[in-house]
Amino acid sequence: MERIPILKMGDFLLVTIQVDLYDQLAENLESDLINTINKNNSKGVLIDISAVSIIDSFMGRILGNIAVMSKIMDAQTVVVGMQPAVAITLVELGLSLNGVISALNVEKGMDLLRAKMYNGDNEEQTYDDSNE
Amino acid sequence: MTTATNKEELLIVKEQDVVPLRNRVKEYGVKIGMSILNQTKLITATSELVRNLLKYGGGGKVIIESVSNGRDLGVRVTFIDKGPGIKDISLAMQDGYSTGKSLGLGLPGTKRLVNEFDIQTELGNGTTVTIIKWKNG
Amino acid sequence: MNIQISQQMQNNLLGSLKEHQNKLLTTWSQLLQANGSTDGATEEEESKEFAALFLDALQHSNGNTESHEFEKVHDLLIGISSSRGRRGFSPRENAQYLIAFKEAASKILSETASDPTELYNANLQLSTLLDNMTILTFESYMKGREDVISRQIDEISEISTPVIRVWDGVVALPIIGTLDSSRTQVVMENLLQQIVDTGSSIAILDISGVPAVDSLVAQHLIKTVSATRLMGAECIISGIRPEIAQTVVHLGIDLTGIITKASLASALQTAFEMLQLTVVKRK
Repeated sequence: MERIPILKMGDFLLVTIQVDLYDQLAENLESDLINTINKNNSKGVLIDISAVSIIDSFMGRILGNIAVMSKIMDAQTVVVGMQPAVAITLVELGLSLNGVISALNVEKGMDLLRAKMYNGDNEEQTYDDSNE
Repeated sequence: MTTATNKEELLIVKEQDVVPLRNRVKEYGVKIGMSILNQTKLITATSELVRNLLKYGGGGKVIIESVSNGRDLGVRVTFIDKGPGIKDISLAMQDGYSTGKSLGLGLPGTKRLVNEFDIQTELGNGTTVTIIKWKNG
Repeated sequence: MNIQISQQMQNNLLGSLKEHQNKLLTTWSQLLQANGSTDGATEEEESKEFAALFLDALQHSNGNTESHEFEKVHDLLIGISSSRGRRGFSPRENAQYLIAFKEAASKILSETASDPTELYNANLQLSTLLDNMTILTFESYMKGREDVISRQIDEISEISTPVIRVWDGVVALPIIGTLDSSRTQVVMENLLQQIVDTGSSIAILDISGVPAVDSLVAQHLIKTVSATRLMGAECIISGIRPEIAQTVVHLGIDLTGIITKASLASALQTAFEMLQLTVVKRK
């Protein structure tokens, strides 16, 4: 069975989706990720979807599930690199991915995760551009 | 008047058939010079409808065509299943309604992504959904 | 048998025309001057080239009007008519250019021909050929115009949605004119692409130039904000005039989830706060 690799980087988990998702693959990712968070006691998950050309309602739901499930397990999820066409299509479709935090790219996503980890969960989203 | 120029038929019986179908639809879009955004909308709509075809219709066939209405070029995708059909079509087209475990924005959400959307269903005899996305639509 | 006759006629016709090439040119230019559709030197060059090529094609084609010899004439003609179009000739004058050529040619034919049947057939053939070419000039004139129009449409849609980098990490997009759904799509695409390209985390959408905001426009704005947020950036809407605020409330449009500011200046101020930047006056 095809699976999407999950990389461990310290307290974080890094997932780069490089293939087109179908439902089973997305469901596998959901359970794999939750299990890996549990095993490593991870504090943050970064999902890079910059190579994903479409997200439909099912995959959108999986992303939302991952965000909520990891939150319950005390890990933050940030989705990075969504393509403009994908974002517009999701909005047209009526899917706003509530609960999913996003960032423009991996770098900004990492900053966001770090800020969330060290400042607690209640901190508002920060817009720190000092890395540029 | 809509005329078709290029046509092909794919059998969809399992979930793994979805990825090649999406790729074929994308190729049709690329061939007529459709923008990335319209391609994405068309493929997303295809992805939604083919899931319904598998989940409620138990699989079926999908026809992809290049079409023209004289002013514009487009891609037409037709989803045909021989499943149980839809009981209340107006209910199924309402935002937020779903019998399955999806988010319930399947049909109305999909309709918003394309330019033309037609659904024919008969209880016990299956469902046929036809969508068209125009290149400049 | 038929073919032979036609070829013979063709040859006679050709013989007379090719011999009188110079006379044909003079008659043609006289006719053009008479109806006023001429502009001198450039035209003279073009006419010479066209007459030579046309007569050559007639000679080599052996009566076959579909012959590839005429493709060269067609290409030349398309070039001439688009050049004439650029020089300010109307489509009517462009057509008159070829009609005058036909007139000149048939005049010479009638002077040289001895047999009326032969003359009739030659004239008929000449007419068919040149009428087709006249249609061709109309078509290429129209095509030239259509190219201009489609280029302008592209330019307008690009001009109407300029994305400005106002600060490192902040882009602004002033919208001028009515916001319909096809324009919203262009605006969204442009804005989101610029956000990706510049890595900006804040986008300001200024609607000072939008004449009216109804529920449809508001829906388009909300969609744009949602899409921006999905990508991981924030979107501020600025340029809310008092009457816009009034209509929004009267129509019962919910903009509460969206950051709205009265002016671009205050939107920029908000952006600075989000980026934890301060603007201070030098002492």
